[in-house]
Amino acid sequence: MSGGPSLMDSIFQRSLEDLIKSFRLHLPGGEPTVISKALDEIRREIRSTDLTTKAAALQKLTYLHSLHHADMSWAAFHAVELSSSAFLPHKRAAYLAASLSFRPSTDVLLLLTNQLRKDLTSTNHIEVSLALECLSVICTPDLARDLTPDLFKMLGSSKNLVRKKAIATTLRVFSQYSDAVRVCFKKLVENLESGDVQTVSATVGVFCELALREPRAYLPLAPEFYRILVDSRNNWVLIKVLKVFAKLAALEPRLAKKVVEPICEHMRRSGAKSLVFECVRTILSSLSEYESAVKLAVAKVREFLVDDDQNLRYLGLQALSIVGLKHLWAVLENKEVVIRSLSDADPNIKLEALQLVMAMVSEDNVTEICRVLITYALKADPEFCNEILGFILSACSRNVYEIIIDFDRYVSLLGEISRIPHCQKGEEIENQLTDIGMRVEDVRPELVHVGRNLLIDPALLGNPFIHRILCGAAWVSGEYVQFSTNPIELMEALLQPRTNLLPPSIRAVYIQSAFKVLTFCLNVAFLPNEAAYSSSSCPINEYSASPSFAGHESFADCEQDKFLNLRVLSQSVKAPSVKYGGDTAVNHVKTSASLPLRNDILTQKSVDKMFTLVKTALAPLVGSHEVEIHERVCNILGLLELTQNEITGCFSREKRNFESEELKAYEIIKMMRDVFSEEIGPVAVSARDRVPIPEGLVLEENLHKLETICSDVQFPISSSFFLGRPHSGERDGVSFFNRPIIEVSESSNESTLLTEHRKRHGLYYLPSDKKEVVSCEYPPANDIKMQDDITDDAEDLVKLTEQSLVRKKKPSQAKPRPVVLKLDEGDEISVAAEKPESKDDMVSGAVQELLYGSDAIPPSTQINSSDKLSSKRSGKVSEVNENVGNVWKSERGTPSSRKSKHHSHGKEREHRSSEKNVEVREENGQSNKQKSGHRHGRHKARQRADGVTNVVSQTPVIPDFLL
Amino acid sequence: MGIRFILMVNKQGQTRLAQYFEYLTIDQRRALEGEIVRKCLARNEQQCSFVEHRNYKIVYRRYASLFFLVGVDNEENELAILEFIHLLVETMDRHFGNVCELDIMFHLEKAHFMLEEMVMNGCIVETSKSNILAPIQLMDKAS
Repeated sequence: MSGGPSLMDSIFQRSLEDLIKSFRLHLPGGEPTVISKALDEIRREIRSTDLTTKAAALQKLTYLHSLHHADMSWAAFHAVELSSSAFLPHKRAAYLAASLSFRPSTDVLLLLTNQLRKDLTSTNHIEVSLALECLSVICTPDLARDLTPDLFKMLGSSKNLVRKKAIATTLRVFSQYSDAVRVCFKKLVENLESGDVQTVSATVGVFCELALREPRAYLPLAPEFYRILVDSRNNWVLIKVLKVFAKLAALEPRLAKKVVEPICEHMRRSGAKSLVFECVRTILSSLSEYESAVKLAVAKVREFLVDDDQNLRYLGLQALSIVGLKHLWAVLENKEVVIRSLSDADPNIKLEALQLVMAMVSEDNVTEICRVLITYALKADPEFCNEILGFILSACSRNVYEIIIDFDRYVSLLGEISRIPHCQKGEEIENQLTDIGMRVEDVRPELVHVGRNLLIDPALLGNPFIHRILCGAAWVSGEYVQFSTNPIELMEALLQPRTNLLPPSIRAVYIQSAFKVLTFCLNVAFLPNEAAYSSSSCPINEYSASPSFAGHESFADCEQDKFLNLRVLSQSVKAPSVKYGGDTAVNHVKTSASLPLRNDILTQKSVDKMFTLVKTALAPLVGSHEVEIHERVCNILGLLELTQNEITGCFSREKRNFESEELKAYEIIKMMRDVFSEEIGPVAVSARDRVPIPEGLVLEENLHKLETICSDVQFPISSSFFLGRPHSGERDGVSFFNRPIIEVSESSNESTLLTEHRKRHGLYYLPSDKKEVVSCEYPPANDIKMQDDITDDAEDLVKLTEQSLVRKKKPSQAKPRPVVLKLDEGDEISVAAEKPESKDDMVSGAVQELLYGSDAIPPSTQINSSDKLSSKRSGKVSEVNENVGNVWKSERGTPSSRKSKHHSHGKEREHRSSEKNVEVREENGQSNKQKSGHRHGRHKARQRADGVTNVVSQTPVIPDFLL
Repeated sequence: MGIRFILMVNKQGQTRLAQYFEYLTIDQRRALEGEIVRKCLARNEQQCSFVEHRNYKIVYRRYASLFFLVGVDNEENELAILEFIHLLVETMDRHFGNVCELDIMFHLEKAHFMLEEMVMNGCIVETSKSNILAPIQLMDKAS
C-alpha cells in the first residue's frame, strides 16, 4: 500500500468506464464501499509518472467528486500538473477537474497562472478555449490581474470561437478585478457592433448581467442596444437586450418613450413565446405608463392564461401579478381565469392565483372573498389549505386590520377557520384573537361567543394544531367573561377532563381563565348589585360611592333563591344615580337590548355545583410538576377555601348578615375582581426601549450559563399576552362596578345549544362525584357540519366570486367601523429602508468613469465610488492607462454608428472618441473647461475632471443620445 | 449571472451530471441537489416546469428517464431556458445518436464539454448545434 505506483498499477488500472460499471453492479447500500475502494486506488494511481495513468485517475476522481460528492481538494496539484500535458485529452481532463473542484481558497491556484497564460496565447484554438472556460469558473482576483492583458488581446481575436469565449470570461474577470474594466471595456463595447451573431449574443449577455447590477452606468450605451433591438432577429439576443432596457427605461423616461414602439412591434410580430413573454414582462414592469402598450401586453397575457400549456398559464399569472401592482383592472379583467386557477392541478399555479386573489381584496369585498377562499380551503389539500388560510389571515390583519369593517363577522370567520380540518395556523389565529380582543372593544361580546363555541367542543381538544387557538379562546373568555351569557357553562368547558390533552403551558391559561370566571361568578352571585354593572363597554354610571350594605338585608330576604336576579338591566334608561336607603333597595332597571341572563343560572345550586366542579377538576392537579399549573391551581383552590364556607353558609341561612359575616369573603372577591378588571391593552413593540436601564446593570454580560440551567424548562406562552396599564385613563377601581353588563343577543338559543351539546358530548362532562377515565374515542375533531354546503362546482364558485369581486360602490355601512385601538408607535413595523447593496460598485464605478467621464458619475453612486476610484487610481495607473490610451486610439479609427447632433460643434469633431464625455459635460455647462484636456491622454483629462467632481451639480446626468 | 447550475438527474434521483457556475461547498451541493430532486421529481406531467427554490428558479424538463434541471436567478426568462434545455438535448442527440442516460454516464467529460461550449459563466454563448459539436469532433479525431 505504501509504495509508489508500480507498473502493475498502470497496466491493471481500472478505467473510468470500469468504475462506472462497478457502481452499477454493487449491491444496494454498497455504494460507500465502492467509493472508498476507488478512492484508495486513485490515491495510488494519481502519483504515477505516467501521464495516461494519472489522467485516468483524475478522471475517475472528477467523476466521484461531481456525482458522488467525494472530496478531491487534495488532488488539486495533480490537476495543475496534468494541465501542462501537450496531449489534448489530458489537458481537457485536467481543466475539467480544475473547474469542477477548485475553490477560491485552493492554494495551488497560482501555480496554474503560467499554464493558463501559455494556453491562452496558444495557436490551437481548442487549447485557448479550454483555458478560457477554466478561467471563467475559477477566476480569482490574482488570476484576473495577471491574465487581463491576455484577455484583452483575445477580445479582438479574429477567431469567433475564441472571441466569444473571451467576452463571456470578462464578466467573471470584471467581478474579481475591477481595474480590468478600464482595460477591456472599450473592446467589449466594440463587439456589440460585430457582425457575428454569437459574438453579439455573448456581449449582450455580459452587458445584461452588468446592467442588472448597476443599470445607470450603462445608459450611454443605449444607442447600441437600441440598434440591436431594432435590427437583430436572434431571439436569445433580443431577450437579453429587453432585460437591459427594462432596467434602463426605468431611469430615463425619454428612452422609455423611444423603445416602447419597437418592443410592441416584437410582441405583435414574433411567434416565439419566450420573446413575447419577455416583451410582456418588460412592458408591464418598466413601461407600465404607456397605456396602449400595456393593453397589448395584457391581451397577450390573456392568451397565455387560456393556453393549454401549464407553463404559459403559470407565467401569465406571474405577469398579472406584476401588472396588478399598478393596473388592477388587468387582474379584475381576468378574474374568472384567476379564480379557476385556484383549483388547478399544479400547486405553483394555485399559489400564484391565490396571490392575485388577495391582491384584489379591498374593504368592500373582503367578506365575500374570504368566503370563497374558505370554500376552496375546505376542498384543498392540507398544504394549499394552509396557504389560503395564511393569506386570509395576513391580508385581513394587514396594517392593524385596516380592511376589516365588520369585526363581528371577522371574529366568527376566525372561529370558522379554526374548525377547518387541515388548519395549522393556530399561533396566528391565537394572536389575532387576543389582539382583536385588546384593540377592539366593541367586538368583545362576539369574541367571547366565538371563544365559547370553540372551548365547549371536546372534540377540538384532540387536535394539537388547534391547541393554540383554544389557548387564545380561553384567554379572551376569561378576560372578558362579563360578556358571557353563561359563565357556568364556560367554567365547565374550561375544566372538562379532556383538557389534559393540552400542553401544560396552555392548560395553565385555561386554569387562569377558570380563575377569572370563578371570581366573576362569585362576584355576581355574592354582590349582585355591584356586579350587575361591571361591564366595561358602556358609559359609566354614577353611583353613590359607598353603598350601604344594610340595605341589602331586605333585598336578600325577598330574593332568597333568585337573589342573583342581577341582570335586570336596561340600556335605554340610564340611571344617573342610585340611592340605597333604609329598607328599600332601589333596583335600577336597565333594559338591555338583548335578553337578560336567565335568573336560574347562578342559583345556589349552580354555585354549589361550580364549587364541586372546580374542586374535582383541579384538586388532582395540586401535585402537578408543572410550575405554572401547580401555582394557578393552588391560587384558585385557595380562593375557594377562603370563600366557600361563607358563601354556602349564606345560602343556607334565611337571613344573612352581610355586615358581620360576609365582609371577609366580600373583600376577597371584590379585590380579586378588581385585579382582573384591570384592562389589558396592547403594548407597543418599542415600549421596552423606553424603560431606562437601571444603573449597574450590565446587559452585555453573557448569559450562556443560563442555557444549561434552563435547558429543560419550557417557558410558558405568556409572551402572547401583554400586561399593561389600562389604556383609557377614565377608569378606576370604583367605576368598574358601575358599568352595565352587555348581553349577548343569542342567549335564548344558548340553552338549547347547550342541551344539544350535552346530548352529543354528555359523556365527556365531569360527573360531579367521581372521576372518569378519559376515553380516547371521540367524534372526529373538527367535524364540519356544513360539509353539504360545499359546492364542488367550480363554475358556481366563479359566479360567486364574480359577484364578490365586482367593485361595488361603497355600501352604506349598517354599522360604523368600531374603534380599533392603535398605538402611536410600534404598530407600523419600521422596515429599515435598507439600501440595496451595490455589489459591483467597483465595476460599475469604473464603467461609469469610462462612459461618462469621471466628472459625471451619477448621484446614485457618486459619493461612494468616486472616492474609491480616485484612491485606487493613484496606485495602478501607469500600465493600465497605457492600455486605455491604446483603446481610445483604436476607437478613434472605427466609425461610430452613433448619430449625434454634437457634430455641429466644430472643435469636437476631432474627438469623436470622447464624444460622450463631451456631451455629458456640456449638459453640465462644463464643456469649455474640458475641451482642452482631450489631447493630453485620457488619464490627465480624468484627473482634471476629478477636480470638478464636487462642482458638478447633483442633477442626474442624461446623455442626449435620443435626440 | 443567468444560469447558476445545470443538473441532470435520473428518475431514481441519482445525479448524472452537475455543473455549477458559482462556488458551493460539497455539503451545500449535496443539500441543494437533494432538495431540488425531491421537489421536482414529485411533480407530474400536468404541472408546470417552474419551481421556486431558495433564491433560485428551477426550470426543468423531463426526457424519458432523465430530468434536466436548470437553476437560474429570478431575472432569467423561463421559456428561453426551456428552449435551451431542448437545444442541449438535441445537441447530445445529434452527437450520440438517440441519446440516453447511459451515454451521459459513460461520456460525462464530453457532456461537460458540450455544456461549456453552450454556456459560459452562466451566459448562453452558442446556440448552433454544429458550432457546439465542432470542437468535440476535432478532439475525437485528435485522440
